[in-house]
Amino acid sequence: MSDAAARIAATDAATMLHGANAAELRASERGERRSLLGLTSPAVLLVLVIMVLPVGWLFYLSFIGSDGTFSMENYTRMLESKAYGRIFWTTFKVSFLTTGICIVIGYPLAYFLAQLPSRAANICMLAVLLPFWTSLLVRTYAWLVLLQRRGLINEWGMGLGLWGEPLPLVHNLNGTLIGMVHIMLPFLILPLYSSMKQISPDYLKAASNLGATPAQSFWQVFFPLSLPGLFAGSLIVFVLCLGFFVTPAVLGGGKVIMVSNQITNNIELFFNWGAASALGVVLLVLTLAILWGASKVLPLDNIIGGGH
Amino acid sequence: MNWLKQPASDTQVTHGQRLWLYAFAVIVMFLLVAPTLIVMPMSFSGSQYLEFPPREWSLRWYENYFSSVAWMDATRTSLLAACFTMLVATPVGVAAAYGLSVSKHPLGRFVFLLLITPIMIPVILIAIGAFYAYVQLKMVNTLSGLVVAHTILALPLVLIVVSSALKSYDMSQEMAARSLGASRFKAFMLITLPQIRFSVITAALLSFLTSFDEVIVALFVSGGDHSTLTRNMFNALRDQIDPTIAAISTIMIVISSAMLVMAQVFGKPRD
Repeated sequence: MSDAAARIAATDAATMLHGANAAELRASERGERRSLLGLTSPAVLLVLVIMVLPVGWLFYLSFIGSDGTFSMENYTRMLESKAYGRIFWTTFKVSFLTTGICIVIGYPLAYFLAQLPSRAANICMLAVLLPFWTSLLVRTYAWLVLLQRRGLINEWGMGLGLWGEPLPLVHNLNGTLIGMVHIMLPFLILPLYSSMKQISPDYLKAASNLGATPAQSFWQVFFPLSLPGLFAGSLIVFVLCLGFFVTPAVLGGGKVIMVSNQITNNIELFFNWGAASALGVVLLVLTLAILWGASKVLPLDNIIGGGH
Repeated sequence: MNWLKQPASDTQVTHGQRLWLYAFAVIVMFLLVAPTLIVMPMSFSGSQYLEFPPREWSLRWYENYFSSVAWMDATRTSLLAACFTMLVATPVGVAAAYGLSVSKHPLGRFVFLLLITPIMIPVILIAIGAFYAYVQLKMVNTLSGLVVAHTILALPLVLIVVSSALKSYDMSQEMAARSLGASRFKAFMLITLPQIRFSVITAALLSFLTSFDEVIVALFVSGGDHSTLTRNMFNALRDQIDPTIAAISTIMIVISSAMLVMAQVFGKPRD
């Protein structure tokens, strides 16, 4: 009975609601909605037990001082210590630089791909997808091999007489940025490309028909329409950069310490869960605040879906 | 040189005026692909230092890898964890995506946001959180612990890929099947699933790779007999540049490329 009722209710709710047993139908529809939502329960349970509860515990732990009682010492230390200030500064600097370089390099490439006929675009797209599907660790390793003192780039550069001494390309900020830009580019290009594909060429035809030069129709018509995609891609890149760990650890050579690296150090070297938790909480709050702020500009669904 | 004077787009800009864009795009595409591809020939180098092109060719780094018990154990752990993650994350994620798509429950939006948080928040938090949880549950250094943690990271991808397929799917087909007497489950299996299969395959491949390539969670919750390949690679990288890593990287690139090819072939409708 309830199944049949629900079926009618779902397809024909508007007319049935005024019927004699409308209340029963509504109740049965609510019941079905609930049981369908129940299909998400295995996933929700996993996320609650393995992510939400432990992160809640980290939150609690960050307010426990070294003597085991409630204290703000983990946070006050962060505000007072120059070392922590430097870590946050490094994290933001690396994230901003990576996002900026990705935009400058990624926008023209996405534009190029979006203008290609679909067969050629699919082939060229492989150049973006191959690194996207390749392990982050493998790509970081590849850059380590290429950029080191005796690496390919230094050997070739000195062989061609471009520079005399091996350039310090790795185990510093340069290496970290090169690796991170390479890893993050697909995250910018893919949403940007799909949003550029949504822009109707008719707008550009109209613009040029009305006498706009190519540069005018690009900057005044195409570019503004591509901004949601650019915003979504840049946001994804920036937020992912904030939590980066592997690339700075391997290519930074201990000189580029981002928040995630410091959290690991606190746990692995100093067994200081309180300090690690406090850093984790600050990182989490920053990330969520940025996402929340961004969702006011562009709904979160659109950001995940690539800005359209 | 006529081609250079032809218009390249609707704005009447000519190919000649856009040569810089083409050159730039080719260079960027080359830089995106080259680093990973250059590691492959280097892994066949006979010398202690990685060379390109290698002066002498040899398989010694592959022998090193295949004859090492530690590397072989780690490879088995990684492959097992990836397979199990795929087998758990795909059905759980598809069920969640389907539930969210057909139930218009007001809580649905909140549940969706909760389920995609694992890819929005820094992985390090999930890693140390799971590490703490596993200490309580006595699951540190176990395969099941690794699989559960990786499943959480893979779920958002499954959910996003399958939800977007369900969005463009006409649910009234399933209604038709059910009005003809099929149960909801049967209607889903026979009518809906075959039509969203491409995205389900893509989602499954993505969850395999999510687990196989994952480093940070594995650093914290795997270890001992159940160290993953990536964990051992990361630890080896911090100390020295062992060319064995180049051989392993090559094998991992081959696996990822195989996944990408499978996604392109089986994960897309023929056009």
